[in-house]
Amino acid sequence: MAHQNHLTTSTSADDVAAPRNARYGLILFAVYSSLYLAFMLLNAFMPQVMETIVFAGINLAVVYGLGLIATAFILALVYVWLCRANAEPGARA
Amino acid sequence: MIYEPSLLAIVIFVVFVALTLGISFYFARRTRSASSYFAAGGEIHWFVNGVAFAGDYLSAASFLGICGMIAFYGYDGFLYSIGYLAGWVVALFVIAEPLKRMGKYTFADALDSKFNSRAIKLAAAISTLVVSIFYLIPQMVGAGVLIQPLLGFPHWAGVVLVGAIVVLIVVTAGMVSTTYVQFLKGGLLVIFSVVLTILILKRGLMIGPEQNEQTVTRFADGRVLINGLPQGRGVGEADLRPVGHVSKLPGGQSSTGPLGPLDFLSTLQQSEIVLWTSNFVGNIDGSTTTTYTPKPTAGSEVLRPGNHPTLRGLRGNSVADKLNFLSLMLALFCGTASLPHILIRYYTVKDQASARKSTVVGIGTIGFFYVLTLFMGLGAMTSGAIDVTNSNMAAPLLARSFGELLFAVISAIAFTTVLGTVAGLIVAASGAVAHDLLTGFLRLDLTDQQKVRAGKITAVLVGLVAIGLGILFARMNVNFLVGWAFSVAASANLPALVMLLFWKGTTRQGIAAGVIVGMVSSLAWILLSGDTYKDVYGLPAEWAVVPFSQPAIVTIPLGFLTLIAVSLVSRARK
Repeated sequence: MAHQNHLTTSTSADDVAAPRNARYGLILFAVYSSLYLAFMLLNAFMPQVMETIVFAGINLAVVYGLGLIATAFILALVYVWLCRANAEPGARA
Repeated sequence: MIYEPSLLAIVIFVVFVALTLGISFYFARRTRSASSYFAAGGEIHWFVNGVAFAGDYLSAASFLGICGMIAFYGYDGFLYSIGYLAGWVVALFVIAEPLKRMGKYTFADALDSKFNSRAIKLAAAISTLVVSIFYLIPQMVGAGVLIQPLLGFPHWAGVVLVGAIVVLIVVTAGMVSTTYVQFLKGGLLVIFSVVLTILILKRGLMIGPEQNEQTVTRFADGRVLINGLPQGRGVGEADLRPVGHVSKLPGGQSSTGPLGPLDFLSTLQQSEIVLWTSNFVGNIDGSTTTTYTPKPTAGSEVLRPGNHPTLRGLRGNSVADKLNFLSLMLALFCGTASLPHILIRYYTVKDQASARKSTVVGIGTIGFFYVLTLFMGLGAMTSGAIDVTNSNMAAPLLARSFGELLFAVISAIAFTTVLGTVAGLIVAASGAVAHDLLTGFLRLDLTDQQKVRAGKITAVLVGLVAIGLGILFARMNVNFLVGWAFSVAASANLPALVMLLFWKGTTRQGIAAGVIVGMVSSLAWILLSGDTYKDVYGLPAEWAVVPFSQPAIVTIPLGFLTLIAVSLVSRARK
């Protein structure tokens, strides 16, 4: 399938990878959105919980906030790694 | 506060501007085709594009606004950092690759890729123009606000200067020069934020002198009294004292010495910091007096949400206040991947893999910067250098507390910040007019060169409009308008982008209706909201028609529902 025409090889590789990448994207998106939603709901409805000291004398508000930023970057790296792994199926054979 | 214009800042600013214009003229010779003007020919390296994302996205509102908000109110400003960054997750995981696959120059291309509909092109072009202009106003106002204290020119001069330089950058080499200016700015902003943060941590925290309240009285004829004396530096005159200090440190220390990043936060958590509250009253003779009162606040309160006036509701029981907060955070989350000037950056790289990799570089750069905003904001809060009347100046004044050279560099970077973002916005607007409206909607048969010329003429016109609005809205709160742009972008564009990708039943009528309804409803909501009544019309906030100020939580679902309903109806009719 990937060898029909050398002119369209790059697009057809993209076409094969696209649905899989989209699926990975949606799963990671669901993970991050849940964390973000939980953060917002805690802030809105249980703000006193955010004042709890959780780590090295730092409260949950700061740890969770920095954690969300770090998580976004980590999930982004995971996504690139997943997409790369399936973009070159031939390279592994 | 009286600011002395710094010659060094002017020199460094001129060097930056010369550098950016040099880049533009260098690339101008190579930028002749529409593809290179609107999308840099798809030839930008993913790493450069990633840092340029940061340069595009981190506007004056991010740098000056968030640092100022943290410096004045603590954690609440950091909530914006978290929300602005979270939006990139939507961009990377959902939007980036399909958008790259389906489009060419503008995001209208992607929306319209299956339909070839004039209605979609028109709707998307209007929403691009509306969002870009909303976003432009605060950038231009920011330029004016900055230039006064930093370089000593009047407000309008700052607006005109920035407008002229940006138009020059855009008309010379379009998206190519814009990309490299943003790359330069994004890189410099992060590097110098690191420098500032290291200096803050090295200085540590120390107890500052106790301060009394300060007053500013303004008369109709322009006279200003500070603490009852004419404003000035001479005998019998007074100026506002710089503020911002720690009043108690844990264990009765007077100074901590250098601190690690985590120690800095945990020490602050156990300290007591003097924040300032302001109270504005009109006097019988027509003058007004603002009184600034020191308010010692426990560190544990500074590092929790709910100190800023618009977020105070988080500690109350009003459901409307909570919805307002959730609505704001939803707008930040959904807005990023709906901003036209961000979306067009996906067309400057060669393929989907590059789009993906550049977004990751963008998330890394922007996320790192937002972590630094927490330290810069808290560092400014305790720097003893803050102007109680101007939160936008917190970051430059923090830099001044470390010396004139850093102040000059940070000020010049703040200006370059405005240049980079404004350039991106003008390219987006010029693509919407030349590509979507003229050739797409009006079906004008333009040659490649005519299209570039149309884009350049639009860039000049949009630049002039931006200059005009920047002068007109001089007194408007900067961060406020950026919030509007995010809400309108998310309500108008996100439903269309998402449904197009995930629902086969989407029709062209559905997309056009969704974009228009999302845009109009969010605009209407904003214009009828309490914040706008109070800050724009000068009416009591209680008179407002809508129950809370942030529209996103209502108007994003409304955009989705409209799109689905109209799609179903138009499909049934066939």
